[in-house]
Amino acid sequence: MTTPQQDTALFAPAVGAHGAQRAAWPATRHWVLAGVLVIAAVLPFVFQGFVVFQLTEVMIYGLAILGLNLLTGFNGQFSVGHGAFYGLGAYVTAILMHQYGVAYYWTLPAAGGVCFVVGTLFGLPALRLQGLYLALVTFAAAVALPQLLKFHGLEEWTGGVQGIVVDQPDVPGFLPIDTDQWLYYFTLAVVLVMFAGASSLVKSRTGRAIMAIRDHEIAAAAMGINAPLYKTLTFGVSALYTGVAGALGALAVQFVAPDSFSLFLSIYFLVGLILGGMGSLPGCLFGGLFVLYVPNIAAEVSRGLAGAIYGVIMLLVIFVMPSGAAGFTRLAFAYVSRWRHR
Amino acid sequence: MQLLLQQVMAGLANGAIYAGMALAVVMIFLAIDHLNFAQGEMATFSAFVAWQLIAWGTPYWVAFVAVVILSFIGGVAIERILFKPLHHASIFANLVAFFALFSILNSADGYIWDYTIKTFPSPFGTKPLFGSVLIDAHEAGMIVVTAVLLGLLYLFFRGTRLGLAMRAAAANPESARLVGIRVGWMTALGWGIAAAIGAVAGMLIAPVVFLDPNMMFGVLLYGFAGAVLGGLTSPGGAVLGGFALGIIENLAGTFIPYFGRDLKLTIALLVIVAVLMVRPAGIFGRSVVSRV
Repeated sequence: MTTPQQDTALFAPAVGAHGAQRAAWPATRHWVLAGVLVIAAVLPFVFQGFVVFQLTEVMIYGLAILGLNLLTGFNGQFSVGHGAFYGLGAYVTAILMHQYGVAYYWTLPAAGGVCFVVGTLFGLPALRLQGLYLALVTFAAAVALPQLLKFHGLEEWTGGVQGIVVDQPDVPGFLPIDTDQWLYYFTLAVVLVMFAGASSLVKSRTGRAIMAIRDHEIAAAAMGINAPLYKTLTFGVSALYTGVAGALGALAVQFVAPDSFSLFLSIYFLVGLILGGMGSLPGCLFGGLFVLYVPNIAAEVSRGLAGAIYGVIMLLVIFVMPSGAAGFTRLAFAYVSRWRHR
Repeated sequence: MQLLLQQVMAGLANGAIYAGMALAVVMIFLAIDHLNFAQGEMATFSAFVAWQLIAWGTPYWVAFVAVVILSFIGGVAIERILFKPLHHASIFANLVAFFALFSILNSADGYIWDYTIKTFPSPFGTKPLFGSVLIDAHEAGMIVVTAVLLGLLYLFFRGTRLGLAMRAAAANPESARLVGIRVGWMTALGWGIAAAIGAVAGMLIAPVVFLDPNMMFGVLLYGFAGAVLGGLTSPGGAVLGGFALGIIENLAGTFIPYFGRDLKLTIALLVIVAVLMVRPAGIFGRSVVSRV
């Protein structure tokens, strides 16, 4: 489809543009990170109920997009079906809590585990397929999941079209906060752990192998990287991340139903990923912000033309920042530091 | 046996819809190397324009031709305004632009023509064909039109200089430019042709599924699936893929007990995945060999 050279240019962020200030960059990065954490910790006390719930959702979508990013941004495999893994994770949590009375925090590893296994199985056919053909397989998953969830043979567990109501997590007694705030902190903790995990994965030897496969699979294989193994495992880990996000989503919304996990959810994740920035970890949170807030903003401008305005905003973002928010920030930083050093 | 025949014919009728869409999908894929997610919405928009013209009293065939021409111009315009500036951007930026176009057109349909379901006239009528219960005149007409379109495209691409130039521009843009082909305009032309085929498909599908802003979404999914099944580089394969999908879906719904009816779409998709395992570039697709 495309030549290898183009492939590299597709994915590779503008590294090297800021080689000179690389030494100064990590220190700045730590300060930025600390600042973001402090703000994140204070936010639930600044805002009230619904906004706190929305911020929780932003983090959850960000986590789901991170899962997709590991697969697409770092490993170069397409998926237009990650909404299916999100839905699967949500249903695992809902079913465990509703049918078996499992405590909500134990459902997260279960959801992650189930999604990891299913994702790895998905990675197997993915080995033979590339680009759009792989996209079709994942797309099939996204289309099939709502049908499966509605299927009358599984109704006993899934509740059919009615879905399942999920109990609200209890706030630990010693904390003087309400449920929304507790859910926010719980999500924040999970998301932090998951982001830290992704960050170390990407920086590790395994992460370099994953990215080498993205940049040039044949060359990577020639260097002794077991491409099939890494590709299937990346699929599994990616599904795990998105599945945990789905589990958190079920807790936050307290309800799961088949039609919440339609193909459009997958498309929103993909749009969030692209606009946030391929292969960037902080970009995922920008993607989460976009996925949650922009449709609302569009609906506020004009109810009748909400979709059109949403589309126009997408176009504006992509024309202004073709490599997403992360690429844009990187370019802006490079520009500023070049200007300072002059 | 009677039931089998009946289901195959019904499948062919559905398949004609998918085949028309798959053909449009492949056309644009050959021109730009991307799948156009907004293809269905472009076709719906064209069908709405046709509906409006007919509602104003234009004779059917005049409206038909007018809409095909307008869609062609619209397709070229979309390429020139929206996608030419993104030509050097990544495939992902293009993907977002497709979704944006999808969203804009879908919303515009609903805003201009509202969301009530409208009937759309058929040029062939809906009487049973030759008194047969298997297929009606409109379904037969759709199959014929799809076949004619495919034939015309074949002649265009194999028999004309312009078709040759378009193929060259898609296969190897750099070399094509060196021999004097205006590659940018060839891409725009591809968009125009795809939009025109989409318009024909939209106008033929509307009498069956009824006209509303979301009518094409499901059809587009099948169109993609059919195109991928047949091979994205082969127009003929895409048409066959579309028909095959219609038949598989109908047979699965009828003959697989217990879950066939509820999960027929899932089964059709599973069949496609299974085919792709054996033929990763689709049944009639060329597999791409990359040079290191």
